[in-house]
Amino acid sequence: MSTSEGLLRITLEFRGGAELLFDNVKKHNVKLPLIDKTWTLRNLLLWIKENLLKERPELFVQGDSVRPGILVLVNEADWELLGGNDYVLKEGDTVLFISTLHGG
Amino acid sequence: MPPTLCFRNCGQRAVLKRPKTGDALCKECFFSAFEDEVHNTIIQGNLFKSGQLAAIAASGGKDSTVLAYVLKLLNDRHNYGLNLVLLSIDEGISGYRDDSLDTVKQNREDYGIPLKILSYESLYGWSMDAIVKQIGRRNNCTFCGVFRRQALDRGAALLKADVVVTGHNADDIAETVLMNVLRGDIARLQRCTAITTAGEGSIPRCKPLKYTYEKEIVMYAYFKRLHYFSTECIYAPNAYRGHARAFLKDLERIRPSAIMDILHSGERLAVREGVRLPARGVCERCNFVSSQPLCKACTLLEGLNRGLPRLGLAKSSKAEQMLETKKRIITAPDF
Repeated sequence: MSTSEGLLRITLEFRGGAELLFDNVKKHNVKLPLIDKTWTLRNLLLWIKENLLKERPELFVQGDSVRPGILVLVNEADWELLGGNDYVLKEGDTVLFISTLHGG
Repeated sequence: MPPTLCFRNCGQRAVLKRPKTGDALCKECFFSAFEDEVHNTIIQGNLFKSGQLAAIAASGGKDSTVLAYVLKLLNDRHNYGLNLVLLSIDEGISGYRDDSLDTVKQNREDYGIPLKILSYESLYGWSMDAIVKQIGRRNNCTFCGVFRRQALDRGAALLKADVVVTGHNADDIAETVLMNVLRGDIARLQRCTAITTAGEGSIPRCKPLKYTYEKEIVMYAYFKRLHYFSTECIYAPNAYRGHARAFLKDLERIRPSAIMDILHSGERLAVREGVRLPARGVCERCNFVSSQPLCKACTLLEGLNRGLPRLGLAKSSKAEQMLETKKRIITAPDF
């Protein structure tokens, strides 16, 4: 299905050095297929790993979560306030990943 | 799920969960909590006196960018009476430091704080790029670390600063505690948690962000839209610290207070009386603090200048041997 009703449009941003794992591209507008599935942050992470990550996935994903030391904000709010991995994405959400592991 | 509201009952939407307390705060309440805590650390630690010249060690990274911003703000808000100056060290690593120095120059413009840049080239006669050509990529970080420690002291002395301020945060210090435990380095373990240390010259160093979590520094920079530089050094990263860091971050995920707990453990550790610690003397060549007659920086430099770049990396007995061999070769009669 490729009609626009079957897609979830969100924006992904990578900063603080995390963008280095994505060809140095900081902002990605993506469309996720909505086929019998709700998109949680956990699912999104798997999708990113398979579709966007360019190198060294272990620096971004650890187990089924984001690597400790990478901060996640959904629409400018800490994901820890939103249920973390279980947060269900909505149309138009912006998910920002900031690495704290670079430089000092 | 309705949005979480700020714990301080201001009616605003919370934007972060504080790792130290678990409180959910809105943007404005987070800013004031963050700034008040740094202020309290400065007052309780008695870090500054009115009229002092404070040199902020500025790398262009997140910690020193936030440090410069907050120190300027608190100095104005609470009338510390400090004169601030940014001090940057240019190690001479092309494609890394030249970019981050642009960030520091931007800080100078944004915060109106004067900037002094000192290069390894001018201080030691060797840039890191030149050193890597001699030594390769295995031990170059030793040179860089040793030279940087002294460079800050030398720069501060040149500026006639009264105190050097560094951006070390709670995570950095917890990491250092772990590393010193793993290495059994009792002397460093004992002093690594001190908020003010003697430095290697005569100018004291202090860490106003000592109790500030890295997560909050990054969030503060993000919400304040502070611009910082975040690229890894092009030469080998510090592998040992990297492991300590990954371990600490794993612990933090399970229990965020782990960072503060390790820091407190470090502060509470006492060395039994009668344990012999290396005496801290003074280098006979440069007068900086050293436990050997010649400090590490001077030994490393000696090696570079004599064409024996590995000299300073070897144990002192082996270094003497290397010098002897070199002498014999040089003085050997030419048959």
